[in-house]
Amino acid sequence: MAATTTTVPNAGPVSGSRSFLRKLREGDEIARIITFLFASTVVLVTILLVFELWHGSSLARHKFGFGFFVTSVWDPIAGDFGALPFIYGTLVTALVSLAIAVPLGIGAAIFLAELAPQKISDTLQFFIDLLAAVPSVIYGLLGVFIIVPIMREYIQPFLKSTLGFLPLFTGPAYGIGFFTAGIVLAIMVIPYIVSVSREVLLSVPRDQREAALALGSTRWESTWKVVVPFARTGIMGSIFLALARALGETMAVTMVIGNTPTISASLFSPGYSIAAVIANEFSEATGDLYVQSLIELGLVLFILTFVLNGLARLLIILTAQRGSEMGRT
Amino acid sequence: MNVSVRSPLPVNIAPPSGSLPTREMPSAASMRMTVSHVNFFYGAKQVLFDISLGIASNKVTALIGPSGCGKSTLLRTFNRMDETVRHSRLEGDILLDGQDIHAQDVTQLRRRVGMVFQRPNPFPKSIFDNVAYGLRINGSKLALADAVEKSLRHAALWDEVKDHLHKSAYELSGGQQQRLCIARGLAVEPEVLLLDEPCSALDPISTAKIEELLVQLKDLCTIAIVTHNMQQAARVSDYTAFLLTGQLIEFTPTPHLFTTPTDPRTEAYITGRFG
Repeated sequence: MAATTTTVPNAGPVSGSRSFLRKLREGDEIARIITFLFASTVVLVTILLVFELWHGSSLARHKFGFGFFVTSVWDPIAGDFGALPFIYGTLVTALVSLAIAVPLGIGAAIFLAELAPQKISDTLQFFIDLLAAVPSVIYGLLGVFIIVPIMREYIQPFLKSTLGFLPLFTGPAYGIGFFTAGIVLAIMVIPYIVSVSREVLLSVPRDQREAALALGSTRWESTWKVVVPFARTGIMGSIFLALARALGETMAVTMVIGNTPTISASLFSPGYSIAAVIANEFSEATGDLYVQSLIELGLVLFILTFVLNGLARLLIILTAQRGSEMGRT
Repeated sequence: MNVSVRSPLPVNIAPPSGSLPTREMPSAASMRMTVSHVNFFYGAKQVLFDISLGIASNKVTALIGPSGCGKSTLLRTFNRMDETVRHSRLEGDILLDGQDIHAQDVTQLRRRVGMVFQRPNPFPKSIFDNVAYGLRINGSKLALADAVEKSLRHAALWDEVKDHLHKSAYELSGGQQQRLCIARGLAVEPEVLLLDEPCSALDPISTAKIEELLVQLKDLCTIAIVTHNMQQAARVSDYTAFLLTGQLIEFTPTPHLFTTPTDPRTEAYITGRFG
């Protein structure tokens, strides 16, 4: 009979704890407000940024209107400005860099997370983190002094002689240009992809691997068909990070892209990117219209980054495997 | 009334009809797997000591014992899942149908000896794709849908999921997920199914369903189950092995172990004096 009383759930001390609990709740409230304020600064800064870019470019927006996006003249003397070559250059260099960096980066991450012995993985990760911290001007120098000559002497002539029938690989081999800028960018963004993807792969629960192995998967099957799909969203995240970096990278691109506003199907052609033109010309821009056109380019870059991120997110949602959209319960 | 002393028989075993089954274990010929003189080490630490036992064909064999007694480790040696742990070492022989499992291709072995884990671990795919996974990596394109349906029926899950096979496996309840994992394991038609505390993360109703299922699955394959729940062992198994600190203390037909244990340590454990 005594046993029945023990089954009453332990309600805890009721009286006396009330005021303490309320104080605790008030403390929670304070913490909530403070952290909310901190978090809202992120939104605030974004809004201010857009407002400033919008406001600062009003003259250029009114003069050129939508035509700004589709004209390719950039003539500061005549006061005629169009953003198309810069948009083109930014997109092409970012695409080239991702085309190189994504397979390399994900491959390296899979090796480090799944196949390499712990010690090698940790050591290599240290160097990769180091690479991510190298200032971009150093990569620019690397590009100018090493990659550009190699491109000019060996790679571009080679590509011309083998894949020259594609319009992508035609034209004189200057060394500088879209292709070289893309390669330098790839070198810069690979550490991001490797670092984040490795982390995501390592955090895939052990039981997922075990389930695959226990069904008779080889190690590669369990990695490629179970672990990588499980980590898919995180790997995509690492690619977004790389894309954002590639779109906005200024210094290294400026040093190797050639700084000529051209639109050419050939990757060997010199070009220009939005970030590069702003950095190069802002300090020397004379006249309100010139300055405001550069500010509008900044707005365009912002919109471009925003739209591409949105598209990439959409891609994730659309290509999600059926049944994988729910989180773990 | 002293409530701290449990009755000596906490389990509800149907009294043996007629005479007690013999204490004899099945003959070596009817053993699906034979384990002889297995020692197992994690690094320098020995966790299994000279274990020898047999897993009888189309029966349920339970491995019981307190936490850390090595029962899960022993189970994982049966399909060489122990090899996924670094710095582990195994001595002794484990035979499947008379053949040394260490001489076989490990992926082939694991297709013959499937495993269900402690926590339900479905893949983040649809219900259908989960069950089809093993078939697809085997390369059998033959009537995938039929095979999936068959496995889900065997796992007693078909009626609950047949209308939404393409929903995420994560939308199922814990118990359903675990039955899905059983279906996934059954899909490749293993000869032996190993279950490592399959009900420890489940509620009593889901547990009851899985226990019922295990008894039915005996016709399909040989089952070895690790459990820390003695009642569960008593309910589902034909033979029970009691392990303590890495040693096999007693291995007999289940009714014997729970009614007339020969070793005092077994008796102490099943009467709840420790563990």
